[in-house]
Amino acid sequence: MARYVAGRLAGVVLILFLVCLFTFIIFFTLSPDPAVMICGKTCTPERIDQIRDVLGLNQPLVTQFLGFLTGIFAGRDYGSGANLIHCSAPCLGYSFQTNQSVWDMVVERLPVSATVAIGAAVLWLLVGILAGLLSAVKEGTWWDRTAMGLALGGSSVPNYVLALALQYVLVVQLQVLPFPQAVAFGDDPVLWFQSYLMPWIVLATGYACLYARLTRANVIDTLAENFMRTARSKGLSPALTMRRHALRPALTPIATIFGMDFAALLGGALITETVFGLNGVGKMAADSIAKNDQPVIMAVTLLAAFFVVVGNVVVDLVYTRLDPRVRITTP
Amino acid sequence: MTVAAHPQQVAGTPAAPPQTTGRRVRDALLRDRAAVLSTAYLALIVLMAIGAPLISAITGHGPNEFDTAAVNTDLGGVPHGALGGISAEHLLGVEPQNGRDILARIAYGARVSLLIAAAATALTTLLGVVLGMLAGFYQGWVDQVICRVMDFLMAFPALIFMIAILSSLPQGNRSVLLVVVISVFGWPYLARVVRGQTLTLVNREFVEAARASGASTEQLVFKEILPNLRSSLIVMTTLAVPGYVGTEAGLSFLGVGVAPPTPSWGQMISSSVGWYAVDPMYFAIPGTFLFLTVLSLTVLGDRLRAAFDAGEAS
Repeated sequence: MARYVAGRLAGVVLILFLVCLFTFIIFFTLSPDPAVMICGKTCTPERIDQIRDVLGLNQPLVTQFLGFLTGIFAGRDYGSGANLIHCSAPCLGYSFQTNQSVWDMVVERLPVSATVAIGAAVLWLLVGILAGLLSAVKEGTWWDRTAMGLALGGSSVPNYVLALALQYVLVVQLQVLPFPQAVAFGDDPVLWFQSYLMPWIVLATGYACLYARLTRANVIDTLAENFMRTARSKGLSPALTMRRHALRPALTPIATIFGMDFAALLGGALITETVFGLNGVGKMAADSIAKNDQPVIMAVTLLAAFFVVVGNVVVDLVYTRLDPRVRITTP
Repeated sequence: MTVAAHPQQVAGTPAAPPQTTGRRVRDALLRDRAAVLSTAYLALIVLMAIGAPLISAITGHGPNEFDTAAVNTDLGGVPHGALGGISAEHLLGVEPQNGRDILARIAYGARVSLLIAAAATALTTLLGVVLGMLAGFYQGWVDQVICRVMDFLMAFPALIFMIAILSSLPQGNRSVLLVVVISVFGWPYLARVVRGQTLTLVNREFVEAARASGASTEQLVFKEILPNLRSSLIVMTTLAVPGYVGTEAGLSFLGVGVAPPTPSWGQMISSSVGWYAVDPMYFAIPGTFLFLTVLSLTVLGDRLRAAFDAGEAS
């Protein structure tokens, strides 16, 4: 077990290193000169040279990459003498646009993305799994057909279209909700809830539809298994066979998928956050892309990769607990 | 479309009776109302995309022609008339502010969206089949390398990385870039299935028999294994297209897709964000087209799978 975990963690480090390397190569070889970007309109050749010097852009690419890596683990210094700026340990550089520390920007926005992700996850798990279970139990009835038809339709709506439609109906026409605002839970819990409600619904819809279909298929497959026939022939009631025997094997695969979906969302729900103007990591990514703010784009890519890769490992570890049939074998 | 094309290609192969499978699936789909409706809608969209210049010629509005007479400049450019300016002149209304004809833009946008999705599907399928079969057929270190690459690509936060790449690459030919980027991140999902099926097929008796009777590797791959992957390939590609239509629209929505003034559905929806309160039709029309296209493709893929599965079970 310890060997397995160590192996997986080594894999995580390797993948994150490769993500770092790829993003670095892409941004520092293909995109426009960062020095010119920072310098802006009132620019002189001397100023560009100075910026290049401070950011170390004159050094060979390998040195720059090593500097970037060192910055993440040990912090780094930019410039020298009077211009010296120290960037302390997880150092992801400074935004070209606002000169803020990228790490601080991420830390500031992560709670918003987490709130969006957690709320949506609760919603889609509840709705998706319940609808899927009901459909499986009532397979072939009108409920099953309606629910599955809706699930197919719901998973085909692009979430930005759904976001605009919801906003138009609920905010503009019916005026039952205010336009989403950036409020802390402590300041105004009601407005906080109202502000996050639409993003939650928008984000949860696609996933709920997918999970409903998955749950239904898994439960139907499980109900056809031999051990279910045994359980029923022992005289257990349908509800009891479902609770004691069917749910666990049917829902384990869902837990795996959920882990990965949720991890991916923590890295920012780009479209949803942008449409609703929520100041999370996703919106930060979209904004920085629009302004070609490379350090921020790199940080968000790395962060998202980090969540996905770590999420994968966590899912695999949890899976062995949920499904004892899967044993970890070290080759 | 793919259903009709494939049986001819593989007709006469000894592995399976393709003629009957093809006919059975076609009959099953023809009896299914949802599948027929989806196909009809998709045919309409394809026709509209092909006939986009014709539509422009008949209505007299190009996709990039401004029509300031159709919008109310005093009210900040809101279209004249109800429902976003729908009239005999502009059948689906006009864009606010510049008065471009929405029908023409939808038709030309369909070209971009469908072309990118189709090209991405073709490239993904090619990569997925070639690499998946290589891994499954040769196994050993080839399999190891391909599997590691697939793991790596699937662990990537694809959407953010796609956006990051597209935003940093020079403007150039955005459509080609989109296809390449979507395919690079998309092929592992197909290759994984192809690899698994090839692994089991390679050890089947009929492949061994062919090998024993002196068939070349080329014959084994193209005559024995590939025809048996047909049904899963048809289903997987049909189900992949809506994903790519959505991805293209999403990337264009975020401003890293096709560059204006070339219209694409995602980009039309993106430009309607600032107008949703005063002119809801501006996002509702491209939104509906996009939704119905994705839905039709999903339904079709779903029913195709059901039809193929029913054949395997019997």
